[in-house]
Amino acid sequence: MKLSVNGKEHDVSVSDDMPLLWVLRDVLGLTGTKFGCGMAQCGACTVLVDGQPVRSCVRPAAAVAGRAVTTIEGLSLDGDHPVQRAWTEVDVVQCGYCQSGQILAAVALLKAKPKPSDADIDAALSGNLCRCGTYQRIRSAVHHAAELMEKG
Amino acid sequence: MRPYGLQVPQVPQKEVSRRAFLKSSAVVGGSLVVGFFVPASLKRFAFAQEPPAPAATPALPPFNAFLRIGSDESITVLLAHSEMGQGIWTTLPMMVNEELDADWSRFRVEHAPAADVYHSPIFPIQMTGGSTTTWSELDRYRQVGAVARTLLLTAAAAQWGVAPGDCHTDKGWVVHGDKRLSYGSLAVAASQLQPPDEVKLKAPEDWKVIGKPTRRLDTPEKITGRAQFGIDVQLPGMLTAVVAHARIFGAKVKSFDPAVAKAVPGVRAVFEIPSGVAVVGDHFWAAKTGRDALKVEWDPGPHAGLDTAALRESYLKQAKSKGAEASAGGDVEKALGPLAQDIGSTSLVAEYSLPYLAHAPMEPLNCTVRHSADGCEVWTGTQFQTVDQQRVAAIFGLKPDQVAIHTTFLGGGFGRRANIASDFVVEAAHVAKNLDQPVKLVWTRDDDIRGGYYRPMAVHRLEGALDAQGNPVAWRQRIVSQSIMAGSPFAGMIKNGIDPTAVEGASDSPYVMAIPHYRVELHTVDPGVPVLWWRSVGNSHTAFAVESFVDELAHAAKRDPLEFRRALLAKAPRVRAVLELAAEKAGWVSPLPKGRARGLAVHESFGSIVAHVAEVSVDDERIRVHRVVCAIDCGVCINPLGVGAQMESGIAYGLGAALHSELTMKEGRIVESNFHDYRVLRLHEMPQVEVHIVASKEKSGGAGEPGTPPIAPAVANAVFALTGKRLRELPFRLA
Repeated sequence: MKLSVNGKEHDVSVSDDMPLLWVLRDVLGLTGTKFGCGMAQCGACTVLVDGQPVRSCVRPAAAVAGRAVTTIEGLSLDGDHPVQRAWTEVDVVQCGYCQSGQILAAVALLKAKPKPSDADIDAALSGNLCRCGTYQRIRSAVHHAAELMEKG
Repeated sequence: MRPYGLQVPQVPQKEVSRRAFLKSSAVVGGSLVVGFFVPASLKRFAFAQEPPAPAATPALPPFNAFLRIGSDESITVLLAHSEMGQGIWTTLPMMVNEELDADWSRFRVEHAPAADVYHSPIFPIQMTGGSTTTWSELDRYRQVGAVARTLLLTAAAAQWGVAPGDCHTDKGWVVHGDKRLSYGSLAVAASQLQPPDEVKLKAPEDWKVIGKPTRRLDTPEKITGRAQFGIDVQLPGMLTAVVAHARIFGAKVKSFDPAVAKAVPGVRAVFEIPSGVAVVGDHFWAAKTGRDALKVEWDPGPHAGLDTAALRESYLKQAKSKGAEASAGGDVEKALGPLAQDIGSTSLVAEYSLPYLAHAPMEPLNCTVRHSADGCEVWTGTQFQTVDQQRVAAIFGLKPDQVAIHTTFLGGGFGRRANIASDFVVEAAHVAKNLDQPVKLVWTRDDDIRGGYYRPMAVHRLEGALDAQGNPVAWRQRIVSQSIMAGSPFAGMIKNGIDPTAVEGASDSPYVMAIPHYRVELHTVDPGVPVLWWRSVGNSHTAFAVESFVDELAHAAKRDPLEFRRALLAKAPRVRAVLELAAEKAGWVSPLPKGRARGLAVHESFGSIVAHVAEVSVDDERIRVHRVVCAIDCGVCINPLGVGAQMESGIAYGLGAALHSELTMKEGRIVESNFHDYRVLRLHEMPQVEVHIVASKEKSGGAGEPGTPPIAPAVANAVFALTGKRLRELPFRLA
């Protein structure tokens, strides 16, 4: 099947039921997308498919063939996407394992709602677990990213 | 091509082993390798035993690997401990730079290899845990910086032909008059000098780095997906293993049919190992699909009847009888019996119970092993490097220094990756031993939730008495729980039948010891469920029982919960001050909107004192925590941003457990399996947290764990204030 990941075309030969997550990690070597639960309960595996957040651990790669997949590695060249800048300035991360998924979920939210309320953030990100409990700073950083994006 | 794929070290571990450190201040790749040895001192720890004998010669040994200064101006700090979210990737370099005075933007950080030189200053192993890293390394890492700065100053002074005392440093430069030399340009010359016999550290009032809010150094890799966790390791020719584990603890493989698993495309091998049946494939998906298809017959062993509801009943029954004494004062039997009648006292009895809990770090457990005839390499996120190293060595028949441990970032630890039995590392070694290729073992979330090494289930029975004036006169606390230390290399810490990790926070509680007649007792049970330290260890259950019962006594005495505690804490002024700070910042006496109430709790653990005031509401039998005002006295604070983050973190971890988390067993099997039924805190449930750090010159304490213990009782006490209902069982259920 043909996969388009971070603007690059890949021709991969895997079984039809193989989730996108494992194709990204074990076949393409893109390990920034994380395995946390395998059943769409934790959000660590979140990627963007045509700009929409998708739990790649339960989405067969075959189902996204030909669509634009964006992983954390493809979000920016130097970690300078406004959401990444906000994450840096707010000092969000701790262990960091969930943050690829958090950041991509935030990117999708801000695209849909450039000025999200706390309730919007709760609704968009409550599916992304963080065992370090960085939630309060994630919330601040999403608001901060909205400001950075508005400024351009 | 990924810019940051697996980075197989260029220098094999053997070459960076102890022998290499024995060379005096060697030049390694144009770098100054600075060494400094600080005799271990065990001044304070929850499990403190006799301090190790001081080194015969406390001089600076001719080795080290804590700091490299490159001719390219790079400053590389090697961590003797593991970064698992707690922020030591930043705090230990801050300590170095307090003395080194280098350019902070040049700092890079690496995990050190496993070697004796990296043993904890307070334990004879290389480890991360007990909230000890920051306070235990405050001297060593500052001294490393000071030695390097002295050598750089000396090297510059020699070049200029002036006295070192006439030179000073300025953010990576040695300066004399209008002359300047960069640290990088001095690295080679400095490395050829004899290190000083002693260095004088700056007085705390002169600190410029320590105490300054400092953002994390590991953010760039963690927001771009470049950070390498154990699960991200990839080696040429590497296979992936998933293991079929028994559902019952202690069960053994009776038989299995590998045919179905082997028929899965990509599965390469299926074989038995001591902990189950390994299915090895080209990638995780093949191995996992094979594992799920595999049929295994198990010999269930002695624990097939385990049932947590029945265990709880038996614990409650046992708590009615006398246990081993952990601490005592006065005559509690008399105070609860005849004396109580004489003084017309009010007596109270309450039972608290807490479930087994999984640590459930976000990164499932994993470990990669590559072996050959003369050595073995292990890549994993571990809190126990040298313990893992010895166990792997034993499996392969190697010496420990033939096993290289490459510590990756840890996707959370919380104690689970400090495993006494090195369970997941040992399992990976057994898998690798059956293969010629390198292999990565990956646990699924089910494996993690059902894999044991839990926070022990616990029951506390509390009995107390108040005199006619409402002052507490008697406190008897009987704890029923498992021992974490028993049967482990730490079993020596069990004294007189008391595992300190089962009673800490109760037997030494300042509340309890302020009561004229008290006794804390322990019944140690052993139902066969593997247990381990879970963030804050015994304090995770003792603080709940102690702070809840103090609140019950305050209510029975018809006293304000804060005033009642203040009176009891008269002889613990530091604890009282933290409680007062949290109460003041929370506006304890100020009115709240209808439908809201506050509760408080304070608890000392790991050398720090934390108080929380929780503000709650209840809607449709659901508890909502709106705000938590936290105060902490951790002595000297190294990085206020880090301490603040760890308080938020400890609150989130403890609150998730208080509201949701519980493992139950039926017919010997853990019922829960993943985040849908082993629930943890989610973003929409995170309260607004404010952290207030007490300005203190006391010895530093820990920050990783102490934020967790007081959150559950603070919330329970707030729910009582709001509803009149006492929550004595975790997780909380209002219905």
